[in-house]
Amino acid sequence: MKVRILVSFKDSVLDPQGQTVTNALHTMGYDAVMNVRQGKVFDLDLEGVTRKEAEALVPEIAHRVLANPIIEKFDWEILKVR
Amino acid sequence: MKFGVVQFPGSNCDFDAFHALRNVMKRPTVMLWHKDHDLQGVDCVVLPGGFAYGDYLRVGAIARFSPLMQEVRTFARGGGRVLGICNGFQVLLELGLLPGAMLRNKDLKFLCQHVHIRVEDAKTDFTRAARKGQVLRIPIAHFDGNYYAPARTLRDIERNGQVVFRYCEADGTVTAEANVNGSMGNIAGIRNTEGNVLGLMPHPERASEALLGSEDGRTIFESLILSLERRKPARRPAAGKAARHD
Amino acid sequence: MIDKALLDQHNLTEDEYRLIVELIGKEPNLTELGIFSVMWSEHCGYKSSRVHLKKLPTEGSRVVQGPGENAGILDIGDGQVVVFKIESHNHPSYIEPYQGAATGVGGILRDIFTMGARPIAVLDSLRFGPPDDPKNRSVMEGVVSGIAGYGNSIGVPTVGGEVYFDPCYALNPLVNVFCLGLADKDKIFYAKAEGAGNKVLYVGAKTGRDGIHGATMASAEFGKETEHKRPNVQVGDPFREKLLVEACLEVMDRGIIVGIQDMGAAGLTCSTMEMAAKGGMGIVVDLDKVPQREIGMTPYEILLSESQERMLLVAAPEKVAAVQAIFAKWDLDAPVIGEVIEGGRARISFKGEVVVDVPVDAVVNLCPAYNRPIVAPAPPPPAPDLDVLPLPADLGDVFLKILASPTIADKQWVFRQYDHMVQVNTVFLPGADAAVLRIKGSKKALAMTLDGNGLYTRLDPRTGARIAVAEACRNLACVGARPIGVTNCLNFGNPEKPEVMGQFEQAVTGIAEACRTFAIPVTGGNVSFYNDTEGLSIHPTPVLGIVGIIKDIRKAVRPGFRAAGDTVVLIGESLEELGGTEYLKTFHGLEAGAPPAIDLEQEKLNQEFLLDSIEAGLIRSAHDLSEGGLAVALAECAFHGQGQVGCAIDLDDAGRDDALLFGESQSRIVVTCRRANVAGLLKGAVAAGVPAKAIGRTGGTAILVRRSGREILHVPVDEAFHAWKDSLPAFFKVRT
Repeated sequence: MKVRILVSFKDSVLDPQGQTVTNALHTMGYDAVMNVRQGKVFDLDLEGVTRKEAEALVPEIAHRVLANPIIEKFDWEILKVR
Repeated sequence: MKFGVVQFPGSNCDFDAFHALRNVMKRPTVMLWHKDHDLQGVDCVVLPGGFAYGDYLRVGAIARFSPLMQEVRTFARGGGRVLGICNGFQVLLELGLLPGAMLRNKDLKFLCQHVHIRVEDAKTDFTRAARKGQVLRIPIAHFDGNYYAPARTLRDIERNGQVVFRYCEADGTVTAEANVNGSMGNIAGIRNTEGNVLGLMPHPERASEALLGSEDGRTIFESLILSLERRKPARRPAAGKAARHD
Repeated sequence: MIDKALLDQHNLTEDEYRLIVELIGKEPNLTELGIFSVMWSEHCGYKSSRVHLKKLPTEGSRVVQGPGENAGILDIGDGQVVVFKIESHNHPSYIEPYQGAATGVGGILRDIFTMGARPIAVLDSLRFGPPDDPKNRSVMEGVVSGIAGYGNSIGVPTVGGEVYFDPCYALNPLVNVFCLGLADKDKIFYAKAEGAGNKVLYVGAKTGRDGIHGATMASAEFGKETEHKRPNVQVGDPFREKLLVEACLEVMDRGIIVGIQDMGAAGLTCSTMEMAAKGGMGIVVDLDKVPQREIGMTPYEILLSESQERMLLVAAPEKVAAVQAIFAKWDLDAPVIGEVIEGGRARISFKGEVVVDVPVDAVVNLCPAYNRPIVAPAPPPPAPDLDVLPLPADLGDVFLKILASPTIADKQWVFRQYDHMVQVNTVFLPGADAAVLRIKGSKKALAMTLDGNGLYTRLDPRTGARIAVAEACRNLACVGARPIGVTNCLNFGNPEKPEVMGQFEQAVTGIAEACRTFAIPVTGGNVSFYNDTEGLSIHPTPVLGIVGIIKDIRKAVRPGFRAAGDTVVLIGESLEELGGTEYLKTFHGLEAGAPPAIDLEQEKLNQEFLLDSIEAGLIRSAHDLSEGGLAVALAECAFHGQGQVGCAIDLDDAGRDDALLFGESQSRIVVTCRRANVAGLLKGAVAAGVPAKAIGRTGGTAILVRRSGREILHVPVDEAFHAWKDSLPAFFKVRT
């Protein structure tokens, strides 16, 4: 099973990387861009795991390891079930 | 008394801390390997600077799961003194021994320079050789030293007097300009509520010899030695493995 | 089928191909051709430079290892040696600045620890196009953060270096990285495969398709299409390198290996072939045992990959398990991939078939050397007629402009991104004339510096190169260090252009002459040709890395004025020279004239006198005069001093005011001493045959220069400081 986890800063946390990209885009004339938030993508290959099990396992991994809950939030999705 | 310096594979200030403690402060000091479960009977654990496990995911994120850190957690919860310097501070935050988190420096650049920090509390085990309000000149060297805590946590930290060091000007005034990495409340170092765990971003081991430009960092080591040597042997693990002195 | 087109792709000529066939006694297959292509490239084979490099002096009483190994080695006494070298990573840094510079640091570090030394210092010499162009800024930001990202993680301090700006580097930046390591003399290791039956171990990152033909890329001119070569650039993994450093040093310290070599340019090919050739042995390798990151790699790709952070080791069969145990401690695999054999052939197999069978000597040692056609470099554009060149009305304004010119301006924006203090040895932080590191447990200290002025070398390659050596030594003398050895990075254009070869030949001659005068051996270095993009060559830019020893660290001297009331003494003679100066370039927009003249014998006398005076404790501060001349040197002394002490200077020299302030006459040093010591110092100078005179006093809040009683420069230190300090950061302001 292929799973994608997206980790990004909570809305309340300043994201200087995202802000820098926003500014760069404005300098280049992309005025339609109002705001950019930068995050991280993790693609996991899981084996021997049912969908149900994944629904418990993936958030656990994201919460415990991949994201720091003090500053980050995460979303996840299943990309491919075998 | 004995110091132990934790060695993660990506630690790079481990030998510097070891040098400062053993050769400058002249105290018995051992290295503690991250894969071990044995704290070798040390009285104080020092988590040094560096990039513990490469820190590609997030600073200090993987280090907290290492076998040795489980021992350090128990040691700290039992009142053992733990000093986290730079990456060591980041690891303590990830481990939950100290509140808050680190973000990238506000200018998105690594910063290596001398800074001034003001001693906010001179009663801790880490600062008792200093005066309240004393200004120390100590270098920083980090990319992720922008201290962050959610509003409520920050309020608690301040209310409990857990802020031990703040970035300041040479004369001790706390200004936005002195806050080079953008930390909330100019925070450079905090302790836990019990006062036995301290994390700070500046590197005292780099400011322990006059030849290197500053001796202000010694204050922190001297404080630790004072508190440890007076209260020895407060909470040594009973009948632990024979301590290896070297 | 090997045809002309295939040879072209491999940067091999038909003559070279015929030679290969003759040497190996058969038509090479594609994999073998690839091997020759990289090993006989300019980058690995030094085809165009070898005949000239022979001129460099390489002998000396301290020399433990001269050119030809991964790095040079010098004895510093007390059973210790320094291992050092400089390398270029110019081409990769233009294609992908961050990774190019990062892997440049990684590569030079491996060269040093491969020999058993712990790297203790990195310096880098960088050249970019002017920072007012966003493209140049983005290259510079990438390079600086790449160096920082790699070096800071490994925990080797970046303690100094230089940064120059000129339009000629806009499409071809220079990234030269110097590294120095410290080792016990009896624990040095070499890249030798000895002892038939000994095992060959592979350690580090898995092999991927990255960087295939990097060495040939560094050996060809750049065109627009090179921009698309991005996949060729390797990605660095500093964490893995850190593991490698620690594990390799531990294995070497235990003495359980026979030889070790890093996989740099030309990867597995270069390391296997060179180790076998140096040991006078042959080697068998089974490519199926090579850890691979990608599926379906061909032997050609596996052998030529330039994946980073890989090492090759040779160990006796009975030691293999112990070696592997140490690597396992550092979470690294160390599979056996081959064996040392008698007979001098490399036999490489893949899926049970021999895919390469060549004599290693032919691959490693028989690359042809070319004495390429040379034409004498064109004389420089004539210097402006000093009778006609207008004298600026306000020299104070000129002064501020020069201080703010990117080449002169403060480089703190760069250096604060590097961890320059880790390992707690750094005594002088970046900004001093030379980096100074203590040696723990000794009162000795090491000093090192990088130097090279491309404009001087363009105007007159031989003089420019002599000045580069002289100035590097002068930088060392200013901190109180005596030079002991040299490494060089020679950055030039396309060697197939006779005028470029002319510049090269002249520059090497100049370096050789100066090194002989200073009696310092060249222990190695790097030649980077083909620094041409879209047909334009860079300034010929030799960069000299020179290492020195300070006998007693307590006597080391800094550039900054110490206190008000000291006497300022100028050592050396000021001539009315403006050719090649920063002043002409910045203010008059001219890159013209002959560079300043240099008398090497006089230079040596001046430096010896300075060193003796420092060792006698007479000198309070010392700073060499270079780009920007006397005025800039005085300003820097003021900026680096405690509390920004100013100075008042009285001169009575003849000539133009601008030449007096901004001329770059060589062999000059501005020092300060206590008033009580002035007479003794000047008397000593006379006895030593060194021109020196007291020119003023430190103190006040301005930099004040009078000429025969008339004020020609009067600028508050604070104003000058801000012009100098704020210039570079202003280009990079984060716009939030």
